[in-house]
Amino acid sequence: MHRFANPARFLRLGAAIMPWSTGVAVLSLAAGLYFALFASPADYQQGESVRIMYVHVPAAWMALFIYTSLAATSAIALVWKHPLADLAAKAMAPVGAAFTALCLVTGSLWGQPMWGTWWVWDARLTSVLVLFFLYLGHIALNNAFDDPTRGARAAAVLAIVGVVNVPIIKFSVDWWNTLHQPASITRLAAPAIDPAMLRPLLLMAIGFTAYFVSILLLRIRTEILARKLRTLRYMQGAEAPAPAVAGERI
Amino acid sequence: MTAFTAVIARDLRLAWRAPADSATVIAFFVLAVVLFPFGVGPEPQILARIAVGIIWVTALLACLLSLERLFQLEAEDGSLELIVLSPAPLELLVFGKCVAHWLTTGLPLIAVSPLLALLLNLHVDGYAALLLALALGTPTLSLIGAIGAGLTLGTRRGGALLPLLVLPLYIPVLIFGVAAVEAAVAGLPTRPHLLLLGGLLALGLPLAPIATASALRQATA
Repeated sequence: MHRFANPARFLRLGAAIMPWSTGVAVLSLAAGLYFALFASPADYQQGESVRIMYVHVPAAWMALFIYTSLAATSAIALVWKHPLADLAAKAMAPVGAAFTALCLVTGSLWGQPMWGTWWVWDARLTSVLVLFFLYLGHIALNNAFDDPTRGARAAAVLAIVGVVNVPIIKFSVDWWNTLHQPASITRLAAPAIDPAMLRPLLLMAIGFTAYFVSILLLRIRTEILARKLRTLRYMQGAEAPAPAVAGERI
Repeated sequence: MTAFTAVIARDLRLAWRAPADSATVIAFFVLAVVLFPFGVGPEPQILARIAVGIIWVTALLACLLSLERLFQLEAEDGSLELIVLSPAPLELLVFGKCVAHWLTTGLPLIAVSPLLALLLNLHVDGYAALLLALALGTPTLSLIGAIGAGLTLGTRRGGALLPLLVLPLYIPVLIFGVAAVEAAVAGLPTRPHLLLLGGLLALGLPLAPIATASALRQATA
């Protein structure tokens, strides 16, 4: 791991991985969407709206997976102080927030025809909503400081506090729900999923993961280049006392 | 240990000499609760049904209101750096700040809450549970809030950022705090909910000062 904490080495590795992950993302998303929208049966109960699930469920997986990665990256950033880990955490938080939002929106679109309402204070919905707020807090804190390193460190602490709290929130919300609202809705209660439905689901999950890898590498590279540019501009400013730097926000 | 008591004594003395700060928080708590009957109508049954929720949510917000100045004064006059540099463990000093914050915010909130419960027509059986739940829950609010206050120190828009960070983490306290009182009103045992609130406090007591101390070290680095 420490080997790839070197930005130059990381950029080389990233450049090698990216075409592959992008290719896998495009192929499996295309195949997944084809199977999800055309080549899979409609559910006997949910009808055609079951197709929303092929986006919804992988998005929910990604939302949790990215938060776990975010916390792990933050721990690495705090313990070994790799600047690259800070960049990675900063790069993955908005992607995770986007997947969480996608999960909430598709869930809501599915809920309207199925449950007859856009939103229910169901335990699962509520805990995903809280996860979305945790992401937003992380992003906001990361951008709230004039010094980007300070923002990254503060956000890392928050991500770790969040990961301690996420199971607590999850369980408390579960119990809260069962206390107030007797089980009226059980989601995806089907005991086994048909292979024809499992295929698009897995393809979409693979596609989402590959897309996440690509977009993460791209975002980290952009951030590294942006920092290089900033450093160059400072060095220029130090050589010639030009006023160009004065208005620059750090 | 002397440093620990010194921090508490200092904050209490400051609060005593400028009582307006704590009074504002309590005034906010009372006023915000009093707004609800205007919003939802004065029917006693409706108010009784939502009394616990109103009191808990407003207590959360009042606590949030007071958090911003938890480390703000120290950061401005530079004493925060001395606190961080002091030979006493920073975690202990932070814990002292939390204790002082609870004594100046949480304790007054608890003291006023029976009066507000009376105004909102809370069922008689709920009073003891409300007081116990608040007594167990508000220290956790101070502890979690201190993390947020430490993290937002020196931000460009700390006041707006703090609720976004802290409120999602407050949800468990709110859930069990309300559940305890509702169980008491319904004649069910309150013990499980109070034990869970105690469990949250037991988790927060050692962990929150560590996170806050780490946030303060970054803020002064």
